Amino acid sequence: MSKRTPVARTEQDDGDGPSEHPDGETADRSEESGIETGAEAVVAGLESAGVEYLFGVTGGAIMPVYDALYEHEELTHITMAHEQGAAHAADAYGIVSGRPGVCMATSGPGATNLVTGIADANMDSDPLVALTGQVPTDFVGNDAFQETDTIGVTQPVTKYNIFADDEATVGNDIGTAWALANEGRQGPTLVDLPKDITQAETDQRPEEPSTPDTYDPPATAEAVMVEAGAETLAGAERPLVLAGGGVIKGEATEELATVAREFDIPVVTTMPGTGAFPQTDPLSQGIAGMHGTGYANMAISNCDVMLAVGTRFDDRLTGDIETFAPDAEILHIDIDPAEISKNVEADYPLVGDAGIVLEQLLRAMPGRPAAEAWREQCRTWQEEYPLDYEAPTDEPLKPQYIVERFDEATPADTIVAAGVGQHQMWAWQYWTFTEPRTWVSSHGLGTMGYAVPAAIGAKLAAPDREVVAFDGDGSFLMTAQELTVAAREGLDITIVVLNNEAVGMVRQWQDGFYGGRHMASEYPWVPQFDMVAEAFGAKGLRAESYDDLEETIQEAREYDGPAVIDAAIDPTEDVYPMVPSGGDNARFALNADQLEGL
Amino acid sequence: MSHGELPGPGPGERTHPDGRRNSQGIRIDPEAEAERSAERAVLSALVTHEPGVLAEISGLFSRRQFNIESLTVGPTVDGSLARMTIVIEEPRPGIDQAKKQLEKRIPVISVRELDGSAVQRELVIVKVNGDNPDQVNAITDMYDGQTLDAGPRTVTVEITGDQQKIDDAVDAYRQFGIRELVRTGYAALARGEAPTAQVSEPNQAPTEAQVATEEVTDD
Repeated sequence: MSKRTPVARTEQDDGDGPSEHPDGETADRSEESGIETGAEAVVAGLESAGVEYLFGVTGGAIMPVYDALYEHEELTHITMAHEQGAAHAADAYGIVSGRPGVCMATSGPGATNLVTGIADANMDSDPLVALTGQVPTDFVGNDAFQETDTIGVTQPVTKYNIFADDEATVGNDIGTAWALANEGRQGPTLVDLPKDITQAETDQRPEEPSTPDTYDPPATAEAVMVEAGAETLAGAERPLVLAGGGVIKGEATEELATVAREFDIPVVTTMPGTGAFPQTDPLSQGIAGMHGTGYANMAISNCDVMLAVGTRFDDRLTGDIETFAPDAEILHIDIDPAEISKNVEADYPLVGDAGIVLEQLLRAMPGRPAAEAWREQCRTWQEEYPLDYEAPTDEPLKPQYIVERFDEATPADTIVAAGVGQHQMWAWQYWTFTEPRTWVSSHGLGTMGYAVPAAIGAKLAAPDREVVAFDGDGSFLMTAQELTVAAREGLDITIVVLNNEAVGMVRQWQDGFYGGRHMASEYPWVPQFDMVAEAFGAKGLRAESYDDLEETIQEAREYDGPAVIDAAIDPTEDVYPMVPSGGDNARFALNADQLEGL
Repeated sequence: MSHGELPGPGPGERTHPDGRRNSQGIRIDPEAEAERSAERAVLSALVTHEPGVLAEISGLFSRRQFNIESLTVGPTVDGSLARMTIVIEEPRPGIDQAKKQLEKRIPVISVRELDGSAVQRELVIVKVNGDNPDQVNAITDMYDGQTLDAGPRTVTVEITGDQQKIDDAVDAYRQFGIRELVRTGYAALARGEAPTAQVSEPNQAPTEAQVATEEVTDD
């Protein structure tokens, strides 16, 4: 059989026997580069980008790339149970490490299963590279077996995607995708790899990863604008810093803290910005948005100058745009010019790298805002609107209590992953975050099922740190099969299912806005998750009362491998404060009655 | 009592600012300013000439709900580049946002909004009933058009011009009964020395390809 597989080869042939290697004729030519095929160029491209892990699921069209990974030392492939899990694990790896995570799947269903994870990364600007197999180029467009127009399907949810149509440059395509995912505003990229291209002979060693010449993300903001903004900020009576995910992505947490502390400005963070500023700092004014703290939302509503850094003013943050910080002149620092004045008008657009622009601003500040009264007001709001709950020991477990006990038991650099729903909000509200890259969550897309694969990716990115994932029963059921990966790889992670036998956030909305009609939101048939965990090879534990909760937490943490705690929480517990969708941030509800009144 | 409830003054008891923004996120005098109305803008974009770029750009406009009137695309003198002319109708913030979203796509090299002085042309081909060929010819002459095809039953003509001229001409042909028509959408370049969207930044020396493009299009 010749090396170049005939394009007419049927899919059934794919699993048969080991892949052929080139004969002597081509071996001479490729001796120097060590590359013999397009697939090997792909792997070399990954190597030259310094990729450690590939999260993937194999299949027909991607088999040449998998074959090139056989007996490969530098790259470790983590076989996931489902492609969505591969994308989320790679996404979390990217969040924690700061460098693009890489996921891989075959054509057709493999590629479409990745899409949720790619879209998630796109919404949160997470660095991610997806590699997908594709039917041979001669078959593209013919509705071949397992053919999907992956480029077309993923175009709206990627920063860039590449159809690799030349074996001589396919290795460079990998580098381009990696560099584009990593540089500027981070995001997901994809390379679609037709099988004839990866099987074709080539000895072309890829170049170092680099972005196209025309790609030139801005670094420094316009000096005139920085000076004007600085003057306004220095003259503020009610100044506020709003720190978004871009502060963490742009490695600008130190610069942000310097600006805040130097000029005594309270700091609110968005959900993706969690960890951008230590919540233990006296200037921390908490987390903002729909389920943010009352004191953060009061500060946002009432500030007169806002320094917003690396945020896209998502509707879950702003609520009704007409009442969002309505008195505030806004200095908006962002590396993406398209975020400036997209949702909220920036009075001072400061386009550039967050750290660099914050330093520019620091130098340009003519003085310190006279804002003692405002800081006092912010402290008063903190006292007026504390996050609080009661935990009577004769009642079912309160989820907030579980989150707090875990926080106390674990080191400060512990990584917290979460699914999507009420449990996510409790984890976000009741954990005290002090370091960047410790909060790993699906923000913009709100992808249920994120937690388990995210914990896997996070642990591989930071093997020396503790990883705790909070999940809900609904969320856990969507990706629980990835436990098999955690068990196989011996990953020491703890997953806490805050189990209220419901899609709790939907049920809360049904109570608040749909007259209590619980359509499809209650799961009285949920399995026992501790037993599910054991079946997958993880440690399964139950938490049902306050008596043995701390013991259970210890047991899970001490277990050397994945442990799952099925925690039966109070099913009547809801998440407050809450700004109803499209509501006024200053009119957050503290209970169900207030929600109805809004 | 609802579980999860929190202490603190209720919504009505809180300090609240007086200011307001409009739906475009712009701070306004709550009593004065109305929202900005839509205007028409012509955008020229230089893009890499590769498969999928048209789909990417048209997809961008549709998924972000930008209202486009026309979009034309064609190669330039540099075989690796294509030029798109996009006519968009949006309030000013929407036009600015569309420009920035365009610029953000990797295959888009540069984008420029053309002002009213730009050279703008659209072409229409109209097929009318051929019962009164002399009258059809008279109208075609009036609009500096050309007859492309004339037969016993139909006359097909082309008119080139700006939007107003084409609208007027089409109106004039209606009396004969228009069987079919096709409009190309706008093609436009900046007038005189002013640059249209180009490869290099305006403060840099133009590339060879770009000079070649301009020489040809100036003819």
